[in-house]
Amino acid sequence: MKYQDEYRDQSLVGEALEEIRRVVTRPWTLMEICGGQTHAIMRHGIDQLLPTEIELVHGPGCPVCVTPVELVDKALAIASQPDVIFTSYGDMLRVPGTGMDLFTVRARGGDVRVVYSPLDAVRIAQQNPQRQVVFFAIGFETTAPANIMSVLQAQALGLTNYSILVSHVRVPPALHAILGSAHNRVQGFLLAGHVCAVMGYHEYPPIAEQYQTPMTVTGFEPLDIVRGILQTVRMLEAGRVSVENAYTRVVTYEGNRAAQQTIQRVFTECDRKWRGIGVIPNSGWRLRPEFEAFDAEKKFDLQAIHPEESPLCIAGQILQGLKKPPDCAAFGVQCTPESPLGATMVSSEGACAAYYRYRRPGQDL
Amino acid sequence: MCLGVPGKIVEIYEQGGLKMGKVDFGGVLRETCLAYVPEAQVGDYAVIHVGFALNLLDEAEALETLALLKEIGEFESGLGLSGPEAADEISG
Ligand code: SF4
Repeated sequence: MKYQDEYRDQSLVGEALEEIRRVVTRPWTLMEICGGQTHAIMRHGIDQLLPTEIELVHGPGCPVCVTPVELVDKALAIASQPDVIFTSYGDMLRVPGTGMDLFTVRARGGDVRVVYSPLDAVRIAQQNPQRQVVFFAIGFETTAPANIMSVLQAQALGLTNYSILVSHVRVPPALHAILGSAHNRVQGFLLAGHVCAVMGYHEYPPIAEQYQTPMTVTGFEPLDIVRGILQTVRMLEAGRVSVENAYTRVVTYEGNRAAQQTIQRVFTECDRKWRGIGVIPNSGWRLRPEFEAFDAEKKFDLQAIHPEESPLCIAGQILQGLKKPPDCAAFGVQCTPESPLGATMVSSEGACAAYYRYRRPGQDL
Repeated sequence: MCLGVPGKIVEIYEQGGLKMGKVDFGGVLRETCLAYVPEAQVGDYAVIHVGFALNLLDEAEALETLALLKEIGEFESGLGLSGPEAADEISG
């Protein structure tokens, strides 16, 4: 398809890889923020085609993975109520909460429905005026415009039976957390192309400057990814710190202003807990007080939540680039996509799922 | 979940006060909210994520990226023969 196939052209990818080999003189550790990129890298075997000097570590950019277990438990509690229709992106259904997941709730008779777009959830609310419809609004900056439009649409339609359970996180505070850590190994970043499609990349130069770490806005096709790596390695080799854009067909410096303005109108910044990582200050968004009527956490009594994580799961360290999935003793043994212990094994963007799915013949689990 | 897929806008209409459209993903049509790309016109390409257009695709930039990468290849091989079909395809 146009704008997709041509960025998978093998000879062009090969040439860009050759250029990386030519440019690189010493080891560098890069992090791709976005789980979608992690999957593309594993799927196309880009990690194995790179010169050995370049190590890719995987970042926290998987909304399903970082949604804290408390919020999954709240979703389970809401979805278990008899008068509720609980709607969600499909990825969340198998994410383990404490002792169960949304599929379990559905098997026990709960009305849990997968939607493609949040506007579908609003439609369900319109069609079922006597029931409460709740949408699990997870996501990074990429998904915020869609999720909040559902609230604005519900408000415009005068719906009182629609609310969202918000689990929204932002990339820049996560970069501060990773780069500010004493254990950090990351020397350069591939920034998440679709986060930047919405937000632009004007938030990143001060972070690059503060930590002396170059960054490149990067897309999702193989050619985009190798180009992002090439530009980052060039900056590292030249000792240059800057934020470059290797995804110019989609991303501008300013980003989508209409979307940003709408986000400002509906959301306000807040501290958020990231699953396995902990609270990152100012790293999330929540609904502004004027939209409280659409806040599921205000609408439902959710006092009796006692979240518990699997003690085996090291996903938090994986999401910060400190460990890789095969470092987890449970990987492929107690933890598989069929019976996951952590969210990173479930999500289509989770690093554990990527390693499991695209593991190479002869490669140990 | 964060995946955005490029598609071609083939129809634009209004629904419930929102600018909506039909987007063609290689033959599969899907309803898409165009509220965040008010400038969108039929025939434009956009990146679609969970039923919303995030941004329109910039054709000139798309061509430039391919040209740039081809240049690397030409510089490398010194032959100038690499991947001409890629550039042809995108202009079509
Ligand atoms: S393999 Fe499973 S248990 Fe181990 S870190 Fe990944 S999700 Fe957690």
